Amino acid sequence: MKLGLVIDLDVCVGCHACAVACKQWNTSGTTGALSDYEPYGKQPSGVWFNRVRNFEVGDYPNNKTINFPMSCMHCEDAACVTVCPTGASYKREEDGVVLVDQDKCMGCNYCSWACPYGARELDKVSGTMKKCTLCIDRIYDQELAPEDRQPSCVITCPAHARHFGDFEDPNSNVSTLVRERGGRALMPELGYNPTNKYLPPRVARPVPTDDVKMDLVSKVKNWVNKAISK
Amino acid sequence: MAKTSQAAKPLPKFEDHSKQETKYTTCYMCACRCGIKVTIEDNKVRFIQGNRDHPINQGVLCAKGNAGIMKQQSPAKLRKPLLRKQNAERGKAEFEEISWDKALDILTERLQNIRDTDPKKLAYFTGRDQMQALTGLWASQFGTINWAAHGGFCSVNMAAGGLYTMGHAFWEFGDPDWDRTKYFMMWGVAEDHSSNPIKIGIEKLKRNGGKFVAVNPVRTGYQAVADEWVGIRPGTDAMLALSMIHVLLQNEQFDWEFLIRYTNAPYLVVNTPGQKGDGLILRDEDGKPLAWDLEKEDFVDATQVDIKPALFWEGQAADGRPVRTSMSILAEKYLDSEYSPENAEKVCGVPAEQIERLALEMAHVAFKETITVDVEWTDWAGRKHDKFIGRPVSMHAMRGISAHSNGFQTCRALHFLQILLGTVDVPGGHLAKAPYPKHIPPGIKPAKDCAPNTPLSSPPLGFPTCPEDLVINEDGSPKRIDKAYSWDAPVSSHGMMHMVITNAWKGDPYPIDTLMMFMANMSWNSTMNTAEVMKMLADKDENGEYKIPFLVIADAFHSEIVNYADLVLPDTTYLERFDTVSMLDRPISEPHAACDSIRHAVLTPDRDVRSWQEVQVELAKRLKFPAFTKEDGTPKFQDYKDFIVNFEKAPGIGFLAGWRGKDGKSHLRGEPNPNQWEAYIENGAFFKYDLPENMHFYRFANKDYLEMAKEVGWNGSTDQIVIELYSETMQRFRLAGQGLYDGPMPTKEEHKERLKTYFDPLPFHYTPLEEQRINSEEYPFHAVNQRPMYMYHSWDSQNAWLRQITAQNYLFMNRQKGEEMGIEDKSWVWVESHNGRIRVQVKLMEGVEPNTVWTWNAIGKQSGAWGLKPDADESQKGFLMNHLISELLPAKNGEMEITNSDPITGQAAWYDLKVKIYPAHEGEEGSFPEFETIKPLPNATKPDHVQEHKGQEVGRYQSHDAVNLKRPLGDILTRGKK
Repeated sequence: MKLGLVIDLDVCVGCHACAVACKQWNTSGTTGALSDYEPYGKQPSGVWFNRVRNFEVGDYPNNKTINFPMSCMHCEDAACVTVCPTGASYKREEDGVVLVDQDKCMGCNYCSWACPYGARELDKVSGTMKKCTLCIDRIYDQELAPEDRQPSCVITCPAHARHFGDFEDPNSNVSTLVRERGGRALMPELGYNPTNKYLPPRVARPVPTDDVKMDLVSKVKNWVNKAISK
Repeated sequence: MAKTSQAAKPLPKFEDHSKQETKYTTCYMCACRCGIKVTIEDNKVRFIQGNRDHPINQGVLCAKGNAGIMKQQSPAKLRKPLLRKQNAERGKAEFEEISWDKALDILTERLQNIRDTDPKKLAYFTGRDQMQALTGLWASQFGTINWAAHGGFCSVNMAAGGLYTMGHAFWEFGDPDWDRTKYFMMWGVAEDHSSNPIKIGIEKLKRNGGKFVAVNPVRTGYQAVADEWVGIRPGTDAMLALSMIHVLLQNEQFDWEFLIRYTNAPYLVVNTPGQKGDGLILRDEDGKPLAWDLEKEDFVDATQVDIKPALFWEGQAADGRPVRTSMSILAEKYLDSEYSPENAEKVCGVPAEQIERLALEMAHVAFKETITVDVEWTDWAGRKHDKFIGRPVSMHAMRGISAHSNGFQTCRALHFLQILLGTVDVPGGHLAKAPYPKHIPPGIKPAKDCAPNTPLSSPPLGFPTCPEDLVINEDGSPKRIDKAYSWDAPVSSHGMMHMVITNAWKGDPYPIDTLMMFMANMSWNSTMNTAEVMKMLADKDENGEYKIPFLVIADAFHSEIVNYADLVLPDTTYLERFDTVSMLDRPISEPHAACDSIRHAVLTPDRDVRSWQEVQVELAKRLKFPAFTKEDGTPKFQDYKDFIVNFEKAPGIGFLAGWRGKDGKSHLRGEPNPNQWEAYIENGAFFKYDLPENMHFYRFANKDYLEMAKEVGWNGSTDQIVIELYSETMQRFRLAGQGLYDGPMPTKEEHKERLKTYFDPLPFHYTPLEEQRINSEEYPFHAVNQRPMYMYHSWDSQNAWLRQITAQNYLFMNRQKGEEMGIEDKSWVWVESHNGRIRVQVKLMEGVEPNTVWTWNAIGKQSGAWGLKPDADESQKGFLMNHLISELLPAKNGEMEITNSDPITGQAAWYDLKVKIYPAHEGEEGSFPEFETIKPLPNATKPDHVQEHKGQEVGRYQSHDAVNLKRPLGDILTRGKK
């Protein structure tokens, strides 16, 4: 299997639900707790696996706002794994999920420097690198209802902009979406073969108006009444 | 989901589910009220997720809902009742902890004394709560007219605009038909409102190939994914909407059948300017409105079936008075060149070509892409139809429309667009949600008088239709402390909470004794003119007595207002309480299902707190309110849960509509069911009554629906609900302003002018009131607020997770404009209004209309409040725009001192603000004004998940120890190569 996410930029409104759901699940998850530094003080920050960036394209008035959630792409050629000196970082053979074995990680940060997607963060308290696990502690949990065996970011997304599935299966939901909507990888030129794909904004259909243009009426008296039963 | 069987290596047991419990309840991280499934272990929350079966959120959950754990962990939670220390000054946060018994004794004694003497001396106002049915009942039973919730400073313009036009409205009263709509226009909706349903809906619309147009000066949030962004100038939306109506009329693109059958467009209106009766509807001896029948060529009762009323007609009534149809007046008004796209472009900053095109696009979708739903239904007159005709254009609108002093008429203008296109409660259009639609307006009138130990004769809030309904004295002076339902704002149907503190401080119209507030941060982000209001709250008279003698604050958190309390009653969190989201209140119904829900305690509080619901019932018992007391003087209800089960508003109708009857088998109406709470809990904490298919649409004229609505107590009559394009209510008030009304009339010139000008029976565009009284060249920018999606309508900008997303707000301005003015990104500037100035940090952006600046509201906090450290960014760099906004209109040229509100509804005009901007001097940094740091409350404690690490405070929340997934040895040896 090649598990990963499809993120639909046509409907992502940048609400951060995915980011907080991820934080919520994973702080009690397999690599938790996820530290929050100065949670009630100056410049609060913390460990997050998923962050929503937003930026603008074009100058006013021809501008567009893009919301862009970013998390681990579970690359096929993951540089973060290659550079790991302790063997803590690895890509699972059975499903392609990239993980960090917390017992082996020494928090050297090499992986975060190697990752062009900003997916890895150092937890200063545990001294280990942490990252998206694709909710490995949810997706195989037989005790959860089948529809709940998905990453927490996917089940929570209010705009249904996130989809989880197996890219190896050409008929899976994610493969179909990528095919039909022209899904693409982020920065493929770097050569890491990201598994996650983004769907570009759709182009809205043009709405015709010629068929509702009439001879312009400018006075009430121009109307002829229609006899319509109440 | 992953194909679990293919997982080659067995995984460790990450979660011990045997130690976990899942419970369903209702979220309260904002007012959206989604269903949640809460997993708990050891009285700690493991995970909160959306309830898939819930009608509102259908399984999804927003960022706020996902941050519920950090609300529960908040260090700002109040822990025990607090009493201001005897010799301490108010506002200095010198409190002693007291027992609940003592707190309730103090309050009961005070309230009993007020109730025995002059009940209106209790002013009871509530913030963003969702239990107005209970707090309103409580106030009615106490006998004070001085009650309202926060609607007056929130969105009464949206509610009133809809209820006075079509019997339902946006948001809680109606929704787009997301499954069928093909064209969706969103007006003035900040990043939310409501939270999850709109996100679910927009995705559906786009998946179905529909078009999404967003009208908003700022392009963030929903606007980001709009197919077309209309960057309108704030406060000009009525002009845009009416200009589109101009285009529709010019091209004869309006729904003749819909207007004739379902609206008052054919009603005849008397046209005798300057005379009594001008502008009122022509009626027969029985008071029935008249129309001109094209076949009979005679006047007919317009409410009759099978007449053929003229939509356009002008002539003479039997008594010789000139009359014309509502539609004739409407068409004449909007065909005027004042509303031409070319003129609208000058007002709105939206290109004329775009205005015309958008109007025609909607006409195309409404009339050339008409849909049908093949279901047999019966109309109000008993005629069968084999299908519902649908015009799939829908709209949604919110605060950007309502928070202007022209918001009521603007909201009506939007509804006019919907109505002319025939899109109201039709497939693909804008659908009502039970218990709406109601007759226009709903038939409740506001209570006018108070008497000792006597409940009010009607609810404190209602819907006036004529000057006789005002709550004023013989001399025209206001009776209510907020001056709602006075000549200042005759149709203020949600009260005017934003005026209470100022008026009580002034003793205008009279001094009060006790101000009791629940969940309302009125010394900070929920008030206008924040710095001055803070002074008023602690101000004393010449005898050294506080001008507002006693201040009771009920809240769950250490918000800024708590600091000013004499008595603090600590509330529970939403996970710790029993609560109802009732159809008597602000229901969670969906267009095709009547719904309500409950909260129940899924966690046990770790401190000495009580839910405000429970405290209300306890006070009602102690004060022996008639509705809460048996004839023998003993209490009728043991506690809140008992009250909810057994209280009946009318026979068979209570707070909860589901599982009624002794056996729990009756829905909507039935005897009390002693096991009702258990039934709700068993059914996922919500009740959903699916309406049959023949009641899905045209409910204003749908016989089966109208009969059911009466049967279950939603409406008082089965009469057709006739949509009011032409508002006779407005005209009655206008006549009073003109001195042509047989009844109460204002005496002050300014009141007369306001009635004459703004109470137009047809919506129109006017310049917002603040702008009329200042020099726009001096204050060239519109300044507006919104809240980010992850904090919208919530109390959680202090939330440890959410504040990591935003702990400081900036003033956003158009990049090109900023560069022209020499203002750099991230520089500090002064922003000045007629009411004061603030210093803020700027961010330049593309997605904002050049005449507008904006910020995230309620990020700024008073230092020390909300459990945050004194140097938190929220207080050092964050800011409130509120300082610039006055609760009174500027009166520098001797104008009358009057509320900064919509002149019709009293809606607080937050977004009318105009400002000038100039760079701060070098070295001038940090937000201004600054306030003293609030002291921590007694026994304030650090949350148990917070620890020290290398000199830094660190939060590390987890509900169980993590189970690591080890990398297999073989994989290490092969370095992952097969």
